[in-house]
Amino acid sequence: MSGTATIHRVLEVERLSARYGSVEALRPVDLFVNDGELVAILGANGAGKSTLMRALMGLIPTQGRVRFRGHDVPRRNTVAAAAMGLVLVPEGRGIFGPMTVAENLELGAYLLNGNKAEFDRRLERVLSLFPRLKERLDQVAGSLSGGEQQMLAVGRALMADPKMLLLDEPSLGLAPRVVDEILSTLGVLNGEGLPIILVEQKAPLALKLANRVYVMSIGHIAAEIDPRTITSHDELARFYLG
Amino acid sequence: MILWALAAALIVYVFIRGGYLFAVLHFAAIYVIFVTGLNIFMGYAGQVSFGHNAFAAISGYTSAVLTADYGWEPLSAAALGLAGALLCALIVGYPTLRLRGHYLAMATLAIGLIAYEVAVQWGSVTKGYMGISGIPPLGIGRFTVTSDRGILVLLLILAALAVLAAAGIRRSRLGRAFVAIAGSEDAARALGIDVARYKLIAFLISAFYAGTAGSLFVHAVGFVSPEVYGLHMVVLAFTMLYVGGIGTVAGPALGALVVALLPETIRKLSDYQDLAYGALLIVILIFAPGGLASLSKLTWRRTSAKEAA
Repeated sequence: MSGTATIHRVLEVERLSARYGSVEALRPVDLFVNDGELVAILGANGAGKSTLMRALMGLIPTQGRVRFRGHDVPRRNTVAAAAMGLVLVPEGRGIFGPMTVAENLELGAYLLNGNKAEFDRRLERVLSLFPRLKERLDQVAGSLSGGEQQMLAVGRALMADPKMLLLDEPSLGLAPRVVDEILSTLGVLNGEGLPIILVEQKAPLALKLANRVYVMSIGHIAAEIDPRTITSHDELARFYLG
Repeated sequence: MILWALAAALIVYVFIRGGYLFAVLHFAAIYVIFVTGLNIFMGYAGQVSFGHNAFAAISGYTSAVLTADYGWEPLSAAALGLAGALLCALIVGYPTLRLRGHYLAMATLAIGLIAYEVAVQWGSVTKGYMGISGIPPLGIGRFTVTSDRGILVLLLILAALAVLAAAGIRRSRLGRAFVAIAGSEDAARALGIDVARYKLIAFLISAFYAGTAGSLFVHAVGFVSPEVYGLHMVVLAFTMLYVGGIGTVAGPALGALVVALLPETIRKLSDYQDLAYGALLIVILIFAPGGLASLSKLTWRRTSAKEAA
Protein backbone atom coordinates (compact mmCIF):
# COMPACT_ATOMS: atom_id res chain seq x y z
CA MET A 1 0.00 0.00 0.00
CA SER A 2 1.45 3.34 -1.01
CA GLY A 3 2.03 5.53 2.05
CA THR A 4 1.90 8.78 0.17
CA ALA A 5 -1.34 8.15 -1.70
CA THR A 6 -4.25 10.28 -0.52
CA ILE A 7 -6.36 8.29 1.85
CA HIS A 8 -9.91 8.61 0.74
CA ARG A 9 -12.92 7.97 2.96
CA VAL A 10 -15.50 5.88 1.13
CA LEU A 11 -17.93 5.64 4.01
CA GLU A 12 -18.67 8.43 6.47
CA VAL A 13 -21.22 7.91 9.21
CA GLU A 14 -22.30 10.93 11.26
CA ARG A 15 -24.42 10.70 14.39
CA LEU A 16 -26.30 7.65 13.15
CA SER A 17 -28.91 6.46 15.62
CA ALA A 18 -31.84 4.03 15.53
CA ARG A 19 -34.68 3.04 17.78
CA TYR A 20 -36.85 -0.05 18.11
CA GLY A 21 -40.00 1.55 19.48
CA SER A 22 -38.97 3.31 22.66
CA VAL A 23 -35.66 1.48 22.96
CA GLU A 24 -32.62 3.31 21.66
CA ALA A 25 -30.81 0.45 19.92
CA LEU A 26 -28.13 2.62 18.39
CA ARG A 27 -26.95 5.77 20.11
CA PRO A 28 -25.44 8.40 17.84
CA VAL A 29 -22.54 6.63 16.14
CA ASP A 30 -19.69 8.17 14.17
CA LEU A 31 -17.40 6.03 12.08
CA PHE A 32 -15.62 5.97 8.75
CA VAL A 33 -14.04 3.51 6.35
CA ASN A 34 -11.13 4.37 4.07
CA ASP A 35 -10.82 3.08 0.53
CA GLY A 36 -9.43 -0.44 0.45
CA GLU A 37 -9.73 -0.92 4.22
CA LEU A 38 -11.11 -3.88 6.08
CA VAL A 39 -12.76 -2.52 9.20
CA ALA A 40 -13.91 -4.88 11.92
CA ILE A 41 -16.71 -4.10 14.32
CA LEU A 42 -16.47 -6.12 17.47
CA GLY A 43 -18.64 -6.32 20.51
CA ALA A 44 -20.60 -8.61 22.75
CA ASN A 45 -24.07 -9.89 22.00
CA GLY A 46 -26.57 -7.05 21.99
CA ALA A 47 -23.97 -4.35 21.54
CA GLY A 48 -25.75 -3.05 18.47
CA LYS A 49 -23.46 -4.36 15.74
CA SER A 50 -26.24 -5.90 13.65
CA THR A 51 -28.41 -2.86 14.24
CA LEU A 52 -25.61 -0.72 12.86
CA MET A 53 -25.43 -2.84 9.70
CA ARG A 54 -29.20 -2.70 9.24
CA ALA A 55 -29.13 1.04 9.84
CA LEU A 56 -26.46 1.54 7.16
CA MET A 57 -28.59 -0.38 4.68
CA GLY A 58 -31.74 1.53 5.54
CA LEU A 59 -33.58 -1.54 6.77
CA ILE A 60 -34.66 0.30 9.92
CA PRO A 61 -35.67 3.92 10.60
CA THR A 62 -32.70 6.06 11.50
CA GLN A 63 -31.54 9.56 12.31
CA GLY A 64 -28.20 10.91 11.24
CA ARG A 65 -26.21 10.83 8.08
CA VAL A 66 -24.46 8.22 5.98
CA ARG A 67 -22.32 9.21 3.02
CA PHE A 68 -20.98 6.60 0.64
CA ARG A 69 -18.42 7.57 -2.00
CA GLY A 70 -19.37 11.19 -1.61
CA HIS A 71 -23.13 10.72 -1.94
CA ASP A 72 -25.75 10.66 0.77
CA VAL A 73 -27.28 7.26 1.28
CA PRO A 74 -31.06 7.83 1.36
CA ARG A 75 -32.64 6.86 4.63
CA ARG A 76 -35.04 3.91 4.79
CA ASN A 77 -34.40 3.03 1.16
CA THR A 78 -32.54 -0.24 1.01
CA VAL A 79 -33.00 -0.57 -2.74
CA ALA A 80 -31.19 2.74 -3.24
CA ALA A 81 -28.39 1.69 -0.89
CA ALA A 82 -28.00 -1.54 -2.83
CA ALA A 83 -27.98 0.35 -6.11
CA MET A 84 -25.14 2.51 -4.78
CA GLY A 85 -23.05 -0.60 -4.29
CA LEU A 86 -23.52 -1.26 -0.59
CA VAL A 87 -24.04 -4.98 -0.25
CA LEU A 88 -24.94 -6.74 2.97
CA VAL A 89 -24.39 -10.39 3.81
CA PRO A 90 -26.94 -10.58 6.62
CA GLU A 91 -26.73 -12.31 9.96
CA GLY A 92 -27.86 -15.90 9.54
CA ARG A 93 -26.90 -15.76 5.88
CA GLY A 94 -30.38 -14.98 4.50
CA ILE A 95 -30.08 -17.36 1.58
CA PHE A 96 -33.24 -18.55 -0.14
CA GLY A 97 -33.63 -22.17 0.92
CA PRO A 98 -36.19 -23.44 -1.60
CA MET A 99 -34.20 -22.08 -4.53
CA THR A 100 -31.14 -23.68 -6.10
CA VAL A 101 -27.60 -22.38 -5.68
CA ALA A 102 -27.76 -21.10 -9.25
CA GLU A 103 -31.01 -19.21 -8.62
CA ASN A 104 -29.63 -17.66 -5.43
CA LEU A 105 -26.59 -16.44 -7.35
CA GLU A 106 -28.78 -15.09 -10.14
CA LEU A 107 -30.71 -13.10 -7.57
CA GLY A 108 -27.49 -11.56 -6.38
CA ALA A 109 -27.17 -9.93 -9.77
CA TYR A 110 -30.78 -8.78 -9.65
CA LEU A 111 -29.98 -5.15 -10.37
CA LEU A 112 -27.95 -6.19 -13.40
CA ASN A 113 -30.95 -6.47 -15.64
CA GLY A 114 -30.13 -8.20 -18.88
CA ASN A 115 -26.40 -7.71 -19.43
CA LYS A 116 -25.48 -11.33 -20.10
CA ALA A 117 -21.76 -10.79 -20.65
CA GLU A 118 -21.33 -8.99 -17.34
CA PHE A 119 -23.46 -11.61 -15.57
CA ASP A 120 -21.30 -14.43 -16.94
CA ARG A 121 -18.14 -12.60 -15.91
CA ARG A 122 -19.36 -12.17 -12.35
CA LEU A 123 -20.60 -15.76 -12.11
CA GLU A 124 -17.28 -17.14 -13.29
CA ARG A 125 -15.46 -14.99 -10.75
CA VAL A 126 -17.67 -16.20 -7.88
CA LEU A 127 -17.39 -19.84 -8.91
CA SER A 128 -13.61 -19.60 -9.14
CA LEU A 129 -13.52 -18.12 -5.62
CA PHE A 130 -15.87 -20.83 -4.31
CA PRO A 131 -15.34 -24.03 -6.30
CA ARG A 132 -17.68 -25.92 -3.99
CA LEU A 133 -20.57 -23.84 -5.25
CA LYS A 134 -19.71 -24.74 -8.83
CA GLU A 135 -20.22 -28.42 -8.00
CA ARG A 136 -23.62 -27.73 -6.47
CA LEU A 137 -25.27 -25.29 -8.84
CA ASP A 138 -28.48 -27.30 -9.18
CA GLN A 139 -28.70 -28.23 -5.55
CA VAL A 140 -31.41 -26.73 -3.40
CA ALA A 141 -29.78 -24.15 -1.15
CA GLY A 142 -31.54 -25.36 1.98
CA SER A 143 -29.74 -28.70 1.74
CA LEU A 144 -26.24 -27.20 1.78
CA SER A 145 -24.04 -27.39 4.84
CA GLY A 146 -23.61 -24.31 7.03
CA GLY A 147 -20.26 -23.45 5.54
CA GLU A 148 -21.52 -23.87 1.99
CA GLN A 149 -24.51 -21.68 2.79
CA GLN A 150 -22.19 -18.97 4.04
CA MET A 151 -20.12 -19.25 0.87
CA LEU A 152 -23.34 -18.96 -1.11
CA ALA A 153 -24.34 -15.87 0.86
CA VAL A 154 -20.98 -14.23 0.14
CA GLY A 155 -21.04 -15.42 -3.47
CA ARG A 156 -24.51 -14.00 -3.93
CA ALA A 157 -23.35 -10.69 -2.50
CA LEU A 158 -20.40 -10.65 -4.90
CA MET A 159 -22.77 -11.19 -7.82
CA ALA A 160 -24.03 -7.68 -7.08
CA ASP A 161 -20.50 -6.34 -7.82
CA PRO A 162 -20.33 -4.49 -4.51
CA LYS A 163 -18.40 -1.28 -3.99
CA MET A 164 -18.37 -2.15 -0.29
CA LEU A 165 -19.18 -5.42 1.42
CA LEU A 166 -20.82 -5.60 4.82
CA LEU A 167 -20.76 -8.95 6.59
CA ASP A 168 -22.75 -9.61 9.75
CA GLU A 169 -21.17 -12.43 11.78
CA PRO A 170 -20.19 -14.75 8.92
CA SER A 171 -18.50 -17.15 11.35
CA LEU A 172 -21.66 -17.85 13.33
CA GLY A 173 -22.21 -21.57 13.77
CA LEU A 174 -19.36 -22.62 11.52
CA ALA A 175 -16.37 -24.87 12.14
CA PRO A 176 -13.00 -23.07 12.47
CA ARG A 177 -11.60 -24.61 9.29
CA VAL A 178 -14.56 -23.35 7.25
CA VAL A 179 -14.34 -19.92 8.85
CA ASP A 180 -10.66 -19.71 7.90
CA GLU A 181 -11.52 -20.56 4.31
CA ILE A 182 -14.14 -17.84 4.11
CA LEU A 183 -12.06 -15.22 5.86
CA SER A 184 -9.09 -15.89 3.61
CA THR A 185 -11.37 -15.31 0.62
CA LEU A 186 -12.41 -12.02 2.19
CA GLY A 187 -8.72 -11.23 2.56
CA VAL A 188 -8.23 -11.85 -1.14
CA LEU A 189 -11.13 -9.57 -2.03
CA ASN A 190 -9.89 -6.85 0.29
CA GLY A 191 -6.42 -7.24 -1.18
CA GLU A 192 -7.93 -6.40 -4.56
CA GLY A 193 -9.22 -3.15 -3.14
CA LEU A 194 -12.76 -3.96 -1.99
CA PRO A 195 -13.56 -2.10 1.26
CA ILE A 196 -15.14 -4.42 3.79
CA ILE A 197 -16.91 -4.00 7.11
CA LEU A 198 -16.78 -7.20 9.10
CA VAL A 199 -18.99 -7.57 12.15
CA GLU A 200 -17.88 -10.31 14.48
CA GLN A 201 -18.24 -11.61 17.99
CA LYS A 202 -15.14 -13.78 17.69
CA ALA A 203 -12.42 -11.16 17.99
CA PRO A 204 -9.28 -13.11 17.03
CA LEU A 205 -10.55 -13.84 13.52
CA ALA A 206 -11.38 -10.25 12.73
CA LEU A 207 -8.17 -8.92 14.27
CA LYS A 208 -6.13 -11.02 11.87
CA LEU A 209 -7.57 -9.30 8.81
CA ALA A 210 -8.61 -5.83 9.92
CA ASN A 211 -6.83 -2.53 9.31
CA ARG A 212 -8.86 -0.88 12.04
CA VAL A 213 -11.25 -2.06 14.68
CA TYR A 214 -14.26 -0.43 16.28
CA VAL A 215 -15.52 -1.93 19.50
CA MET A 216 -19.20 -1.47 20.24
CA SER A 217 -20.94 -1.65 23.56
CA ILE A 218 -24.57 -1.00 24.45
CA GLY A 219 -25.41 0.78 21.22
CA HIS A 220 -22.43 3.06 20.89
CA ILE A 221 -18.82 2.86 19.80
CA ALA A 222 -16.68 2.35 22.87
CA ALA A 223 -13.32 2.45 21.20
CA GLU A 224 -11.43 2.60 17.93
CA ILE A 225 -8.25 0.56 17.99
CA ASP A 226 -5.34 -0.43 15.83
CA PRO A 227 -5.37 -4.25 15.83
CA ARG A 228 -1.58 -4.37 15.81
CA THR A 229 -1.52 -2.81 19.25
CA ILE A 230 -3.62 -5.58 20.79
CA THR A 231 -1.19 -8.09 22.18
CA SER A 232 -3.41 -9.98 24.57
CA HIS A 233 -6.99 -10.98 25.12
CA ASP A 234 -7.05 -9.04 28.36
CA GLU A 235 -6.51 -5.79 26.56
CA LEU A 236 -9.43 -6.48 24.24
CA ALA A 237 -11.62 -7.61 27.11
CA ARG A 238 -11.11 -4.21 28.68
CA PHE A 239 -12.90 -2.61 25.74
CA TYR A 240 -15.68 -5.18 25.74
CA LEU A 241 -16.42 -4.78 29.41
CA GLY A 242 -16.37 -1.16 29.59
CA MET B 1 -46.60 -38.13 -13.61
CA ILE B 2 -48.96 -40.94 -12.72
CA LEU B 3 -51.46 -38.44 -11.41
CA TRP B 4 -51.38 -36.49 -14.67
CA ALA B 5 -51.97 -39.67 -16.65
CA LEU B 6 -54.94 -40.48 -14.43
CA ALA B 7 -56.31 -36.98 -14.86
CA ALA B 8 -55.95 -37.19 -18.62
CA ALA B 9 -57.63 -40.61 -18.65
CA LEU B 10 -60.47 -39.25 -16.56
CA ILE B 11 -61.00 -36.33 -18.90
CA VAL B 12 -61.15 -38.65 -21.89
CA TYR B 13 -63.59 -40.88 -20.02
CA VAL B 14 -65.87 -37.96 -19.28
CA PHE B 15 -65.69 -36.86 -22.88
CA ILE B 16 -66.93 -40.19 -24.07
CA ARG B 17 -69.46 -40.89 -21.35
CA GLY B 18 -70.80 -37.39 -20.90
CA GLY B 19 -73.33 -36.52 -18.27
CA TYR B 20 -73.04 -34.92 -14.86
CA LEU B 21 -69.26 -35.21 -14.67
CA PHE B 22 -68.97 -32.43 -17.25
CA ALA B 23 -70.18 -29.94 -14.69
CA VAL B 24 -67.60 -31.24 -12.22
CA LEU B 25 -64.79 -30.85 -14.74
CA HIS B 26 -65.95 -27.35 -15.73
CA PHE B 27 -65.82 -26.47 -12.07
CA ALA B 28 -62.38 -28.06 -11.69
CA ALA B 29 -60.95 -26.23 -14.72
CA ILE B 30 -62.21 -22.87 -13.48
CA TYR B 31 -60.70 -23.53 -10.08
CA VAL B 32 -57.39 -24.49 -11.73
CA ILE B 33 -57.26 -20.90 -12.95
CA PHE B 34 -58.33 -19.40 -9.62
CA VAL B 35 -55.92 -21.47 -7.52
CA THR B 36 -53.00 -21.03 -9.94
CA GLY B 37 -53.38 -17.28 -9.50
CA LEU B 38 -53.68 -17.57 -5.74
CA ASN B 39 -50.51 -19.67 -5.75
CA ILE B 40 -48.57 -16.85 -7.37
CA PHE B 41 -49.40 -14.58 -4.43
CA MET B 42 -49.36 -17.15 -1.63
CA GLY B 43 -47.01 -19.79 -2.99
CA TYR B 44 -44.38 -17.89 -4.95
CA ALA B 45 -44.40 -14.64 -2.94
CA GLY B 46 -45.25 -16.27 0.37
CA GLN B 47 -48.11 -13.91 1.30
CA VAL B 48 -51.61 -14.62 2.61
CA SER B 49 -54.99 -13.80 1.16
CA PHE B 50 -58.41 -14.94 2.31
CA GLY B 51 -60.12 -12.48 0.03
CA HIS B 52 -59.45 -13.36 -3.58
CA ASN B 53 -63.04 -14.47 -3.96
CA ALA B 54 -63.82 -10.73 -3.97
CA PHE B 55 -62.02 -10.27 -7.29
CA ALA B 56 -63.78 -13.27 -8.75
CA ALA B 57 -67.07 -11.76 -7.55
CA ILE B 58 -66.38 -8.32 -9.03
CA SER B 59 -65.48 -9.70 -12.43
CA GLY B 60 -68.12 -12.42 -12.34
CA TYR B 61 -71.00 -10.17 -11.41
CA THR B 62 -69.91 -7.52 -13.93
CA SER B 63 -69.94 -10.19 -16.62
CA ALA B 64 -73.30 -11.50 -15.47
CA VAL B 65 -75.08 -8.15 -15.22
CA LEU B 66 -73.71 -6.70 -18.44
CA THR B 67 -74.43 -9.76 -20.56
CA ALA B 68 -77.72 -10.90 -19.05
CA ASP B 69 -79.35 -7.52 -18.37
CA TYR B 70 -77.72 -5.22 -20.92
CA GLY B 71 -76.92 -7.56 -23.77
CA TRP B 72 -73.18 -6.91 -23.83
CA GLU B 73 -70.74 -9.22 -25.59
CA PRO B 74 -69.21 -11.68 -23.12
CA LEU B 75 -65.63 -10.66 -23.95
CA SER B 76 -66.19 -6.94 -23.50
CA ALA B 77 -68.14 -7.53 -20.31
CA ALA B 78 -65.35 -9.73 -18.96
CA ALA B 79 -62.76 -7.13 -19.93
CA LEU B 80 -64.62 -4.50 -17.94
CA GLY B 81 -65.06 -6.95 -15.06
CA LEU B 82 -61.35 -7.69 -15.01
CA ALA B 83 -60.54 -4.01 -15.10
CA GLY B 84 -62.82 -3.50 -12.12
CA ALA B 85 -61.24 -6.37 -10.23
CA LEU B 86 -57.74 -5.04 -10.92
CA LEU B 87 -58.67 -1.53 -9.87
CA CYS B 88 -60.11 -2.86 -6.64
CA ALA B 89 -56.98 -4.94 -6.08
CA LEU B 90 -54.82 -1.86 -6.61
CA ILE B 91 -56.82 0.32 -4.21
CA VAL B 92 -57.07 -2.39 -1.58
CA GLY B 93 -53.58 -3.81 -2.04
CA TYR B 94 -51.64 -0.62 -1.72
CA PRO B 95 -52.33 -0.02 2.00
CA THR B 96 -52.97 -3.58 3.17
CA LEU B 97 -49.84 -5.16 1.69
CA ARG B 98 -47.77 -3.14 4.15
CA LEU B 99 -49.36 -5.25 6.87
CA ARG B 100 -47.60 -8.37 8.00
CA GLY B 101 -48.71 -11.92 8.68
CA HIS B 102 -51.94 -12.19 10.60
CA TYR B 103 -52.91 -8.58 10.01
CA LEU B 104 -52.67 -9.02 6.25
CA ALA B 105 -54.68 -12.22 6.53
CA MET B 106 -57.46 -10.47 8.47
CA ALA B 107 -57.52 -7.53 6.09
CA THR B 108 -57.93 -9.79 3.08
CA LEU B 109 -60.63 -11.77 4.88
CA ALA B 110 -62.47 -8.49 5.37
CA ILE B 111 -62.25 -7.76 1.64
CA GLY B 112 -63.81 -11.10 0.81
CA LEU B 113 -66.61 -10.69 3.35
CA ILE B 114 -67.37 -7.17 2.11
CA ALA B 115 -67.63 -8.45 -1.46
CA TYR B 116 -70.09 -11.10 -0.35
CA GLU B 117 -72.20 -8.54 1.52
CA VAL B 118 -72.26 -6.20 -1.46
CA ALA B 119 -73.45 -9.06 -3.64
CA VAL B 120 -76.23 -9.75 -1.17
CA GLN B 121 -77.28 -6.20 -0.35
CA TRP B 122 -76.98 -4.43 -3.71
CA GLY B 123 -80.19 -6.10 -4.82
CA SER B 124 -81.01 -3.67 -7.60
CA VAL B 125 -77.95 -4.82 -9.54
CA THR B 126 -77.08 -8.25 -8.21
CA LYS B 127 -80.62 -9.40 -7.36
CA GLY B 128 -79.33 -10.46 -3.94
CA TYR B 129 -79.78 -14.07 -2.90
CA MET B 130 -81.96 -14.82 -5.90
CA GLY B 131 -79.01 -14.35 -8.17
CA ILE B 132 -78.87 -13.69 -11.88
CA SER B 133 -79.87 -16.36 -14.35
CA GLY B 134 -80.04 -16.56 -18.10
CA ILE B 135 -76.43 -15.57 -18.55
CA PRO B 136 -75.47 -16.20 -22.16
CA PRO B 137 -72.67 -18.66 -22.94
CA LEU B 138 -69.15 -17.70 -23.94
CA GLY B 139 -68.56 -16.71 -27.50
CA ILE B 140 -67.61 -14.05 -29.99
CA GLY B 141 -70.44 -12.53 -32.01
CA ARG B 142 -72.59 -15.28 -33.43
CA PHE B 143 -70.12 -18.02 -32.64
CA THR B 144 -70.96 -19.33 -29.17
CA VAL B 145 -69.88 -22.37 -27.22
CA THR B 146 -72.95 -24.11 -25.88
CA SER B 147 -72.23 -27.81 -25.71
CA ASP B 148 -70.78 -29.34 -22.56
CA ARG B 149 -67.87 -30.75 -24.54
CA GLY B 150 -67.20 -27.43 -26.19
CA ILE B 151 -67.19 -25.60 -22.90
CA LEU B 152 -64.87 -28.21 -21.39
CA VAL B 153 -62.40 -27.93 -24.25
CA LEU B 154 -62.38 -24.14 -23.97
CA LEU B 155 -61.98 -24.19 -20.20
CA LEU B 156 -59.20 -26.78 -20.35
CA ILE B 157 -57.34 -24.72 -22.93
CA LEU B 158 -57.67 -21.61 -20.79
CA ALA B 159 -56.62 -23.55 -17.68
CA ALA B 160 -53.57 -24.88 -19.53
CA LEU B 161 -52.66 -21.37 -20.66
CA ALA B 162 -53.04 -20.14 -17.09
CA VAL B 163 -50.66 -22.80 -15.77
CA LEU B 164 -48.15 -22.20 -18.58
CA ALA B 165 -48.18 -18.48 -17.85
CA ALA B 166 -47.61 -19.17 -14.15
CA ALA B 167 -44.70 -21.46 -15.04
CA GLY B 168 -43.25 -18.71 -17.20
CA ILE B 169 -43.60 -16.23 -14.37
CA ARG B 170 -41.81 -18.58 -11.96
CA ARG B 171 -38.87 -18.95 -14.33
CA SER B 172 -38.62 -15.23 -14.98
CA ARG B 173 -36.73 -12.53 -13.10
CA LEU B 174 -40.07 -11.42 -11.65
CA GLY B 175 -40.76 -14.91 -10.32
CA ARG B 176 -37.35 -15.11 -8.70
CA ALA B 177 -38.00 -11.80 -7.00
CA PHE B 178 -41.30 -13.17 -5.66
CA VAL B 179 -39.61 -16.25 -4.21
CA ALA B 180 -36.86 -14.07 -2.72
CA ILE B 181 -39.52 -12.01 -0.96
CA ALA B 182 -41.03 -15.21 0.40
CA GLY B 183 -37.60 -16.26 1.64
CA SER B 184 -36.58 -13.09 3.42
CA GLU B 185 -37.94 -9.60 2.78
CA ASP B 186 -34.86 -7.91 4.22
CA ALA B 187 -32.45 -10.04 2.21
CA ALA B 188 -34.54 -9.33 -0.89
CA ARG B 189 -34.43 -5.59 -0.21
CA ALA B 190 -30.69 -5.76 0.31
CA LEU B 191 -30.43 -7.26 -3.18
CA GLY B 192 -32.21 -4.26 -4.63
CA ILE B 193 -35.68 -5.77 -4.91
CA ASP B 194 -38.48 -3.27 -4.28
CA VAL B 195 -40.46 -5.53 -1.98
CA ALA B 196 -43.57 -3.35 -1.64
CA ARG B 197 -43.88 -2.91 -5.39
CA TYR B 198 -43.41 -6.58 -6.19
CA LYS B 199 -45.89 -7.70 -3.55
CA LEU B 200 -48.43 -5.44 -5.22
CA ILE B 201 -47.58 -6.87 -8.64
CA ALA B 202 -48.06 -10.42 -7.32
CA PHE B 203 -51.37 -9.33 -5.80
CA LEU B 204 -52.54 -7.81 -9.10
CA ILE B 205 -51.55 -10.85 -11.15
CA SER B 206 -53.41 -13.17 -8.81
CA ALA B 207 -56.42 -10.83 -8.83
CA PHE B 208 -56.41 -11.04 -12.64
CA TYR B 209 -56.50 -14.84 -12.46
CA ALA B 210 -59.29 -14.70 -9.87
CA GLY B 211 -61.33 -12.31 -11.99
CA THR B 212 -60.89 -14.50 -15.06
CA ALA B 213 -62.12 -17.51 -13.11
CA GLY B 214 -65.05 -15.48 -11.82
CA SER B 215 -66.21 -14.43 -15.27
CA LEU B 216 -65.70 -17.88 -16.77
CA PHE B 217 -67.86 -19.37 -14.05
CA VAL B 218 -70.93 -17.27 -14.82
CA HIS B 219 -70.80 -18.12 -18.51
CA ALA B 220 -70.08 -21.80 -18.03
CA VAL B 221 -72.89 -22.27 -15.54
CA GLY B 222 -75.35 -19.64 -16.79
CA PHE B 223 -76.23 -18.56 -13.28
CA VAL B 224 -74.63 -16.62 -10.43
CA SER B 225 -75.48 -15.88 -6.81
CA PRO B 226 -73.55 -14.58 -3.80
CA GLU B 227 -72.91 -18.13 -2.56
CA VAL B 228 -70.76 -18.84 -5.62
CA TYR B 229 -68.11 -16.42 -4.36
CA GLY B 230 -68.67 -16.88 -0.66
CA LEU B 231 -66.50 -18.32 2.09
CA HIS B 232 -66.90 -21.78 0.59
CA MET B 233 -64.81 -20.64 -2.37
CA VAL B 234 -62.03 -19.54 -0.03
CA VAL B 235 -62.00 -22.83 1.88
CA LEU B 236 -62.12 -24.86 -1.31
CA ALA B 237 -59.33 -22.88 -2.94
CA PHE B 238 -57.10 -23.24 0.11
CA THR B 239 -57.74 -26.98 0.23
CA MET B 240 -56.86 -27.33 -3.44
CA LEU B 241 -53.77 -25.18 -3.01
CA TYR B 242 -52.35 -27.15 -0.10
CA VAL B 243 -53.36 -30.61 -1.32
CA GLY B 244 -51.83 -29.84 -4.70
CA GLY B 245 -48.68 -28.27 -3.30
CA ILE B 246 -48.34 -24.59 -2.47
CA GLY B 247 -45.40 -22.90 -4.17
CA THR B 248 -45.07 -25.47 -6.92
CA VAL B 249 -46.07 -24.83 -10.53
CA ALA B 250 -48.23 -27.89 -11.08
CA GLY B 251 -49.64 -28.02 -7.56
CA PRO B 252 -52.67 -25.75 -8.02
CA ALA B 253 -53.86 -27.61 -11.12
CA LEU B 254 -53.30 -30.99 -9.51
CA GLY B 255 -55.03 -29.90 -6.33
CA ALA B 256 -58.00 -28.41 -8.16
CA LEU B 257 -58.55 -31.56 -10.19
CA VAL B 258 -58.13 -33.95 -7.27
CA VAL B 259 -60.25 -32.01 -4.79
CA ALA B 260 -63.01 -31.36 -7.32
CA LEU B 261 -63.15 -34.99 -8.39
CA LEU B 262 -62.66 -36.59 -4.98
CA PRO B 263 -66.32 -36.28 -3.90
CA GLU B 264 -67.36 -38.05 -7.10
CA THR B 265 -65.22 -41.10 -6.39
CA ILE B 266 -66.84 -41.65 -3.01
CA ARG B 267 -70.40 -40.88 -4.00
CA LYS B 268 -71.40 -44.49 -3.53
CA LEU B 269 -70.72 -44.21 0.17
CA SER B 270 -73.82 -41.95 0.46
CA ASP B 271 -74.13 -41.19 4.17
CA TYR B 272 -70.42 -41.56 4.82
CA GLN B 273 -69.34 -39.27 1.98
CA ASP B 274 -68.34 -36.28 4.09
CA LEU B 275 -66.48 -38.49 6.53
CA ALA B 276 -64.61 -40.22 3.74
CA TYR B 277 -63.85 -36.91 2.03
CA GLY B 278 -62.32 -35.46 5.19
CA ALA B 279 -60.43 -38.67 5.91
CA LEU B 280 -59.02 -38.83 2.38
CA LEU B 281 -57.81 -35.24 2.58
CA ILE B 282 -56.06 -35.94 5.87
CA VAL B 283 -54.43 -39.08 4.47
CA ILE B 284 -53.17 -37.18 1.41
CA LEU B 285 -51.69 -34.45 3.56
CA ILE B 286 -49.99 -36.92 5.91
CA PHE B 287 -48.27 -38.74 3.07
CA ALA B 288 -47.59 -35.66 1.02
CA PRO B 289 -47.12 -32.77 3.47
CA GLY B 290 -45.83 -30.56 0.71
CA GLY B 291 -48.78 -31.40 -1.46
CA LEU B 292 -49.16 -33.92 -4.26
CA ALA B 293 -46.88 -32.01 -6.64
CA SER B 294 -44.01 -32.23 -4.21
CA LEU B 295 -44.02 -36.04 -4.14
CA SER B 296 -41.71 -36.36 -7.13
CA LYS B 297 -39.57 -33.50 -5.84
CA LEU B 298 -39.01 -35.25 -2.50
CA THR B 299 -37.33 -38.21 -4.14
CA TRP B 300 -35.30 -35.93 -6.43
CA ARG B 301 -34.11 -33.80 -3.54
CA ARG B 302 -33.06 -36.86 -1.56
CA THR B 303 -31.13 -38.23 -4.50
CA SER B 304 -29.21 -35.07 -5.21
CA ALA B 305 -28.40 -34.61 -1.52
CA LYS B 306 -27.09 -38.18 -1.44
CA GLU B 307 -25.00 -37.58 -4.56
CA ALA B 308 -23.54 -34.42 -3.09
CA ALA B 309 -22.60 -36.07 0.18
